[in-house]
Amino acid sequence: MMHFGPSPVIGADILDIGTRKAQQEQQHRGVGSGAMRPPSLVLGEPGRFEIPNVADPAHFCAQNFASASGGKDAGQVVKFAKGTTTLAFKFQGGIIVSVDSRSTMGAYIASQTVKKIIEINPFLLGTMAGGAADCSFWERNLGMQCRLYELRNRKRITVAAASKLLANTMNSYKGYGLSMGTMVTGWDETGPQLYYIDDDGPRLKGNMFSVGSGSTYAYGVLDTYYRNDMTVEEAIDLGRRAIYHATHRDAYSGGLNNLYHVTKEGWKKIHSIDVNDMHYEFAEDKERIAEARMAS
Amino acid sequence: MSYDRAITVFSPDGHLFQVEYAMEAVRRGSTAVGVRGGKCVVLAVERRALAKLQDPRTIRKIVPVDESSVLAFAGLTADARVLINKTRSEAQSYRLTCEDAPSVEYLARYMARTQQKYTQRGGVRPFGIATLVAGFSNDSGEPKPVLYQTDPAGTHSSWKAQVIGGRNAKSLREFLEKNYEEEMDEATCVRLSVQALLEVVDSGAKNMEVCIVREGDVMHMMEEAEVDVVVKGIEATAEEGKSKATAGDE
Repeated sequence: MMHFGPSPVIGADILDIGTRKAQQEQQHRGVGSGAMRPPSLVLGEPGRFEIPNVADPAHFCAQNFASASGGKDAGQVVKFAKGTTTLAFKFQGGIIVSVDSRSTMGAYIASQTVKKIIEINPFLLGTMAGGAADCSFWERNLGMQCRLYELRNRKRITVAAASKLLANTMNSYKGYGLSMGTMVTGWDETGPQLYYIDDDGPRLKGNMFSVGSGSTYAYGVLDTYYRNDMTVEEAIDLGRRAIYHATHRDAYSGGLNNLYHVTKEGWKKIHSIDVNDMHYEFAEDKERIAEARMAS
Repeated sequence: MSYDRAITVFSPDGHLFQVEYAMEAVRRGSTAVGVRGGKCVVLAVERRALAKLQDPRTIRKIVPVDESSVLAFAGLTADARVLINKTRSEAQSYRLTCEDAPSVEYLARYMARTQQKYTQRGGVRPFGIATLVAGFSNDSGEPKPVLYQTDPAGTHSSWKAQVIGGRNAKSLREFLEKNYEEEMDEATCVRLSVQALLEVVDSGAKNMEVCIVREGDVMHMMEEAEVDVVVKGIEATAEEGKSKATAGDE
């Protein structure tokens, strides 16, 4: 009997291996037999989901669901909802996390009001890029794991450990066609931390990341104007400008710019601005600067 | 014969006899004393008479579990080996997942959880050991010494000083209660543990193993000569006390 998902289900007993009880349980789970039986009644089991009942699930997924890293949407049967610009960077005043809010399925804009920042707990944030379903499911799952850690150990989980949990999950589903590029960030007893995690499995610690189809445009702006000694206002401005420029040129990014600031006291949502409004604001600025130059 | 019948079942009056028998096995083991001081924890164990041809270095009753946690046990040595192995694996797994050292409390809780599992499964018997885990905790910023005890029933709790194993555990505990003081320094802790052990141990330093757990992950096993000095000191004080008493009688 094939057994998918991360290591045996939370709560499974290694002492039961080889007993009749364990064999009965495995038969009952019946992975992939959805056609003959109603969907598993064991809903909400953390960390498990059913895989297509085919010989090579990884190949099937790659053929029919394009992954954000490499596959193309054209000609696919199911177009994943994705397309994004997200960014986060550390500076002297903490961490700025800035994202857009557009979700696209091929050339169709599915939504302009997606929340791409998930508030895991008052000190931890996660961003979403790639498949919307994959991101939201696994990051909520991460939230559950973080809460369990808190209850068991009577202290908040570190950002390093939280990001490790998510990366381990991604690693165990490697090759099964998940599509997720996320940043986990927060402030714990070791200070501000920022990690990038991917559906391929890497987990990178860094000071600045941008993820998504519009990330290249955002990097251009960030790399030009980033300084560690920025004030909080300058950092917030940089965060929103980088998203604006990405949404201006990338068709798959747009909607609202949601921006959060993370400090020792936790995260705070700073603003949620329509990128269209930013366009006209910056256009006016450009005009004013041009006029000033003409005058002098 | 199917193995999903539990070996540990309730008695009509609510006892788990297998667990209580396991605690009896602990009582048959050699004594281990733990004393928590202001800046250290001292673990001292009774080393039962060795066979002449046996190499004493291969019988260690005080073992490191992780870089910052030390453990002493009382009871069945083989069971201890298995449980310690599991705990060491768990400590490394924690380090891999959380990129941080597991706290002493976490390890004690893991051992307690494991010991409890074996009282509620089919085809297994409880572990016949109790353990004392010592180390430092960083909870409130400053490292503070901690001492935890686990038992075959699967409970774990923090202690200032505790005795496990041996027939006289109860009276030794009373001795510790009478003589324990808060925030003792290293020498006083060592003295107190050795004094407690001397009540049960046959003759002096060669039948004891003493370990001092210091901050900064230092596990210091005392040399026999060092322990001998402490023993002599205690015996000298006892002699003085006795002679004073007899002098007073006259």
